[in-house]
Amino acid sequence: MLGRLTWAAIPFNEPIPLLTGAVVVLVIVAVLALVTVKGWWPYLWREWLTSVDHKRIGVMYMALGLVMLLRGFADAIMMRTQQAIAIGDAQGYLPPDHYDQIFSAHGVIMIFFTAMPLVIGLMNVVVPLQLGVRDVAFPQLNSVSFWLTASGALLINISLVIGNFARTTWWNYPPLSELAYSPDVGVDYYLWSLQISGIGTLLTGVNFVTTILKLRAPGMTYFRMPIFCWTALATNMMIVAAFPILTATFAMLLLDRYLGMHFFTNEAGGNPMMYVNLFWAWGHPEVYILILPAFGVFSEVVATFSGKGLFSYRSMVLATLGICVLSFMVWLHHFFTMGAGANVNAFFGIMSSIIAVPTGVKVFNWLFTMYRGRIVFTTAILYAVGFMVTFVIGGLTGVLLAVPPVDFVLHNSAFLVAHFHNVIIGGVVFGVLAGYNYWFPKVFGFTLDERLGKASFWCWLVGFYLAFTPLYVLGLMGMTRRLQHIADPSWRPWLLVAELGAVVIFCGILCQVAQLYVSIRTRERRRDLTGDPWNGRTLEWATSSPPPAYNFATLPRVQSVDAFWDMKRRGVSPIGTAYESIEMPRNSSVGFILAFFAVVIGFALIWHIWWMAILGLLAAVITAMAFGWSDEREREIPAAEIAKLERARLDRRQPA
Amino acid sequence: MRYAPTAFVLTGVTTLGGCSEGVLDPKGPIASAERLLMINSTAIMLVVVLPVILATLGFAWWYRSSNSRASRSLSDDYEGRVEFVIWSIPALIVILLGGVIWIGSHQLDPRAPIPSNADALRVEVIALDWKWLFIYPDQGIAAVNELVIPAGTPVSFRITSATVMNSFFIPQLGSQIYAMGGMETHLNLLADAPGEYPGFSAMFSGDGFSDMRFIAKAVSAAEFEAWIKAVRGAGSALDAAGYAALAKPSTAVPPATYKSVETNLFQHIIDQTTSGAGQTGTGATCCRPVQQAGG
Repeated sequence: MLGRLTWAAIPFNEPIPLLTGAVVVLVIVAVLALVTVKGWWPYLWREWLTSVDHKRIGVMYMALGLVMLLRGFADAIMMRTQQAIAIGDAQGYLPPDHYDQIFSAHGVIMIFFTAMPLVIGLMNVVVPLQLGVRDVAFPQLNSVSFWLTASGALLINISLVIGNFARTTWWNYPPLSELAYSPDVGVDYYLWSLQISGIGTLLTGVNFVTTILKLRAPGMTYFRMPIFCWTALATNMMIVAAFPILTATFAMLLLDRYLGMHFFTNEAGGNPMMYVNLFWAWGHPEVYILILPAFGVFSEVVATFSGKGLFSYRSMVLATLGICVLSFMVWLHHFFTMGAGANVNAFFGIMSSIIAVPTGVKVFNWLFTMYRGRIVFTTAILYAVGFMVTFVIGGLTGVLLAVPPVDFVLHNSAFLVAHFHNVIIGGVVFGVLAGYNYWFPKVFGFTLDERLGKASFWCWLVGFYLAFTPLYVLGLMGMTRRLQHIADPSWRPWLLVAELGAVVIFCGILCQVAQLYVSIRTRERRRDLTGDPWNGRTLEWATSSPPPAYNFATLPRVQSVDAFWDMKRRGVSPIGTAYESIEMPRNSSVGFILAFFAVVIGFALIWHIWWMAILGLLAAVITAMAFGWSDEREREIPAAEIAKLERARLDRRQPA
Repeated sequence: MRYAPTAFVLTGVTTLGGCSEGVLDPKGPIASAERLLMINSTAIMLVVVLPVILATLGFAWWYRSSNSRASRSLSDDYEGRVEFVIWSIPALIVILLGGVIWIGSHQLDPRAPIPSNADALRVEVIALDWKWLFIYPDQGIAAVNELVIPAGTPVSFRITSATVMNSFFIPQLGSQIYAMGGMETHLNLLADAPGEYPGFSAMFSGDGFSDMRFIAKAVSAAEFEAWIKAVRGAGSALDAAGYAALAKPSTAVPPATYKSVETNLFQHIIDQTTSGAGQTGTGATCCRPVQQAGG
């Protein structure tokens, strides 16, 4: 009846996962109870769960990303603690089968359910506003995307309590991930949660490519688009090109595991090397899918807070598109040690180092933007400066790893771990946090507390160096990654410093939470009444904070790059008064319902509960068809109502 | 923040000086060449990276809005010549590095034999769950989690896995190469001087991975002969049954030797892995020729 699911799936005899699981379940129940008692369900359902407003969806993405950041960080600090104590003969507090799940979950959660939602959330909030339009091309699809991502995240967290997660690293390489070596549900949790969220991500890609190519304010030619939109375009094109590879690869592994096929097995003609190639054919573009939007954020932040336009816009665009193309030609550098010939390795080594050219150009562009500027040190630009310093170090170690013979001795070492945390924390996380501080007032109508924001920045920065400089050193000393215990006692001091670094980063996260709390408590005196708190340059600052549902009552007419700056200089009002009725998408529950059934299907397939999978699939198909047949997807806001709303908005607003 | 890069460089330098093992303390020509390549590449890149870091911090500080002495120019005119320069600097560095990469990849190809007067010692390496089996085909002996090699003699490794992927790595001797089921990879290393060099798997392979360690003992030629003799004179033989017992998953296996080894065991293991024999959970029967890894 319930397939492989029995009471044995609940880890009653393992105190750590049981306790964690119990706490998580308790928190969820408490939140649900609070919402019920307070009677917030109708509001939540109407304004958030079924919302197709890109700003709301963006906020939900960010919230998901931040919650999962906490989960992923909990894994991180458990790993650091294990490695700091399990030295010499000591085995630490995490046995291998648990430790292996933790580092696998850490990687999966941080890449797929923290970094991706944060980056996609920022794009959701910002891109339509910067383009001067009212929503994305397919608003309902956007909601489906979000909820599918959330489904994947939920499935992964279910594995904490029911069954176990994969012990096969975040790459999930076969043959270790094949049935012969991983017969339990861990790998299935991995595969199904990523398949489901992967569909969501692919739909996001389609949606945003269409939005940026087809929906822009009148006059906004490609070369008048803000840089963040360019990076979003590049990122989403990469999503469209790369994510199907991942989905197909996982599908083949699923066929191996469920139907006894032999795509990636050792035997019967299977070849695990194919998985490795395919995985990184997605995996390397994925790195740039994450970092390009961060580059976009820094471009906006550096220009705004230096009080001048970005230096060499066209170089920045060219560099972004160059990275977009090159990122598909370097995947082999993730496994120079597989035994390919010197020509192959040299080719991919050189291609990888060539990516340093457009990336270097970007760094110079930011540098020359600051040069002779008037730099106002807000939290956002602190992140940008911290990023520039940190990222070039990460770039250096990255190019070093792209030299095949150097990679032969540093591959899979702690040095590599330090390198990619250097670019992901120093690049993606700093970028997202800069964007969060920068655009928060736009979304919520009040600024974030600067003091706590800066405290958080310093904790993140110092914590990063404390946590990962030792790993660079340990990698050079010959420490490989994913060790559950460490034989060499002379590494202890470095591991203790790394642990300290993780604690400092934790302080940064706490400051982040405190910043949000304090800012909400004091929001009345930090209202952004102008809609333009930073003296911004791009169109999102042309509307009020928070923007009305339709963003712009009349679409702004764009005449140059930095359209809003240009309008301010010319004394032109970005939003006219000749109101016309606006057609806006209606709320839609299809995303939420589909996602619910996606969880049901995923869970059923993981546990081989076939009847439940079939029912879930049927229900999902019926939901999608019912949605497809409904033809009331838009509502019209009459011109008179818009005039009323705009008057109220302008009354609140003070001149910029 | 401003002190972090300095601290970074300083820790790097102190480690360079005071390290007793790892890739910064090479004990063979391959590892030495790889360290040199690492230092050269770092130096080439630091030529740009250090000024960029300093300029970032300098510009950020000098052009802060409260600095009344800074001269500013807030117009956004493009300067074509500067654009040319900012593309040229990283391009030049990468052209230089590209040459380094091309030459280095060919000189340090793991498959290339190491030129030497002495004939290379052949060693077959098999990754098992979770230990290393070393077969000396010419000597007809085998060892688990213990690799003894003569110093000054090139060693030519054939590597495979009877199970999941692993990576065979002795940091102080240089390059690592994957061990993959049903495939064989090649690696050539040489130890300059006698000594004990830690080796391990550098590719996560399951629960016993952390203990998949061994010591590579480089000894003098005479000591090596003596060791061969001693191994031949004691212990058990590694026959089909012995191998089947050894191949069962086990963790933290103490070093052991076998006085003789079934001929062609390495090839048999590859055949067995590709046919799925000796593995649970699958019923595959088909066979295929051994694959040469890589391109």
